[in-house]
Amino acid sequence: MTDTTRRAGDESRSGTVEAVADPLAHTPVGAPVHETGAVDDPAFRTPEAADPALSPVHDAVTSHSPTQVVEEHRWAARAVSLARPAQASPTEPPAERAGTGVKLATISRTGDLVFGGITRGTAVLLVLLVAFVGIFLLALALPSIRADHDSFLFSRSWQVSGDLRFGILGLLWTTVLSSLVALVIAVPVAVGVALSLTQYLPRRVAGPVAFLVDLLAAVPSIIYGLWGLIVFGPFIAPVGTWIAGVLGFVPLFRPVSDPKSTVFVAGIVLAIMILPIITAISRNVFEQTPRDQVEAALALGATRWEVIRTSVLPYGRSGVISASMLGLGRALGETIAVLIILSQPAPGSPFTSSIFAGGETFASKIANNASEFDTPSKTGAYIAAGLVLFVVTFVVNALARVVAERGVK
Amino acid sequence: MATATTSDTTEAQLSFRRPSGARTVKNALATVYVGVATLLALIPLVWVLWTVVSKGARLVFSSTWWLESQRGITPRREGGGAYHAIVGTLEIGLICAVIAVPLGVLGAIFLVEYARGTRAARVVSFTVDILSGIPSIVAALFVYALVITILGFGRSAVAVALSLVLLMLPVVLRSTEEMLKLVPDSLREASYALGVPKWKTILQVVIPTSFGGISTGVMLGLARVMGETAPLLILVSYAVGINFSPTSATMGSLPTMINAGRDVAPGLPGYDRTWAAALTLIIIVMLLNLVARGIARATKLKEK
Repeated sequence: MTDTTRRAGDESRSGTVEAVADPLAHTPVGAPVHETGAVDDPAFRTPEAADPALSPVHDAVTSHSPTQVVEEHRWAARAVSLARPAQASPTEPPAERAGTGVKLATISRTGDLVFGGITRGTAVLLVLLVAFVGIFLLALALPSIRADHDSFLFSRSWQVSGDLRFGILGLLWTTVLSSLVALVIAVPVAVGVALSLTQYLPRRVAGPVAFLVDLLAAVPSIIYGLWGLIVFGPFIAPVGTWIAGVLGFVPLFRPVSDPKSTVFVAGIVLAIMILPIITAISRNVFEQTPRDQVEAALALGATRWEVIRTSVLPYGRSGVISASMLGLGRALGETIAVLIILSQPAPGSPFTSSIFAGGETFASKIANNASEFDTPSKTGAYIAAGLVLFVVTFVVNALARVVAERGVK
Repeated sequence: MATATTSDTTEAQLSFRRPSGARTVKNALATVYVGVATLLALIPLVWVLWTVVSKGARLVFSSTWWLESQRGITPRREGGGAYHAIVGTLEIGLICAVIAVPLGVLGAIFLVEYARGTRAARVVSFTVDILSGIPSIVAALFVYALVITILGFGRSAVAVALSLVLLMLPVVLRSTEEMLKLVPDSLREASYALGVPKWKTILQVVIPTSFGGISTGVMLGLARVMGETAPLLILVSYAVGINFSPTSATMGSLPTMINAGRDVAPGLPGYDRTWAAALTLIIIVMLLNLVARGIARATKLKEK
């Protein structure tokens, strides 16, 4: 790069134009190169741009970050133009140079102020937006929570018309249970896929397989729901019935409702939906296993599995945990697939802890009753449930980031 | 170590021995495990796609499917199409993109070009992380709270688009951010060295260079939001007729069309239409994904 910039300084104006075109010509084929770009800008026609005295400044500048460059460049330009005001180009309209002759600084300041201001404004808007999500949900939920005659956190009832008697315990249980079922199934499979993509399959095969797994994430959740309801639920139901038959004495596996639409089925479908997320992140982490660790293990005579166990898995552990948390966050908030698959228990039916029962999650409860949002107190109750879901997913996602960052160090 | 005491066993130690039985077995088991896991992961994709294609293809390839709505058609009647739903899905996606893309790109420009490494960048980055973890139902509830309860507007497709903005924004922003980071500093420096102001450098050098990557992010974001159902359930009612107005309270869309037809008994014409709607949605979303990947491959910026 240094060569190009020096040429820009050493040569005449045509040389300058070439220098602009030059770096752009290095962009890879296919990258759009603008044609009506900066070359036409009047700023280029300033005498400073073609002044040989500037070349050392350019050399010094190239090693700094862009912001520093701008500042130093402005400073340098100003210094030079102040030092030699008489050398201004004859093509320059004198009016624009009136006063100090510090043209570069004047031009860039207005544009940068406006554009920089817009991007800053966007950033502030983003932060406010996320804050508003929490604040508005809280503001609308609080009156209903205050008016709640039951314990909001520890009640399982959900009576929102008339006297408010509602609590989130039942919703929380089904939400967490279905997501945990999903996680228990998805994580071992995802780790296996990620290992086979990075450690076993040749690159030629691994690429397409990774692409197919990624495609799983592209299928909309309503289609997983429909498939789970009509095709997969009836298919897997006998397996559920069998497990319930063998382990039915444990409350967690007691058969309760229609085996086609249980937490168990919803959990498997959720597992399919979060599989690509966990696989993609785990794959990235496994790929970054230091080459020398792998080779050291191989040099000691380790088998392929021993290489994985001693170098790849320990290196990727925090990445896998973080990926699982992100997947968990996605599973907790999944709405439509769960809503379609799970059977809603009749109001007043007794609580059950089994995975072979129906139930309602936060998201499915809210979506299923959207037509009931008619009075503020009723809406507030559902928004309160949404708020709890927001907080839970926030905590899970934040933990995922913390684990990921700790793993990097 | 290699002294006289070990010299007589050296040959045995150096000879390449196969790993002991237990180790070989473990290694083989591990190979089986990753192989089975990979197959297990691919089965659902093939199964879902096969189900949807085999049940929906007949209707999707008929011309009325793309030209007619479901007005006046009951599950027991043949005919009609998904035009109303396709229009709704595309329209909502378009409104969402028009809002989310500028915000996402500007936010990414702020993170990479203006605030790289600063405290402000960390705060914004953190909020984007939160935003990307927000469940769609929460985004929908937020818009319900803001637009319908507090501002007093009715349910509408615009409200749906607003809630989808919350979901699309982090996708666009993150991918744009990655792409801007890949633009070599030498390009920026060349531009600065010629006296081009920073904003012009960003708009005419950095953005055009990373344009392919940014459009990939936009496509992927669109693909994500077009398949979302939860906001549609809360923020707009499903309409079976054609409606172009995004501000009216009813609007058809493919996800809600599927949802409305999910309980139709097999054998009825409505059952086939539900699967055909599912296939149409998959075609649109997969098309967006493939186009995104194509653009990404064609315009890939090499890392320095």
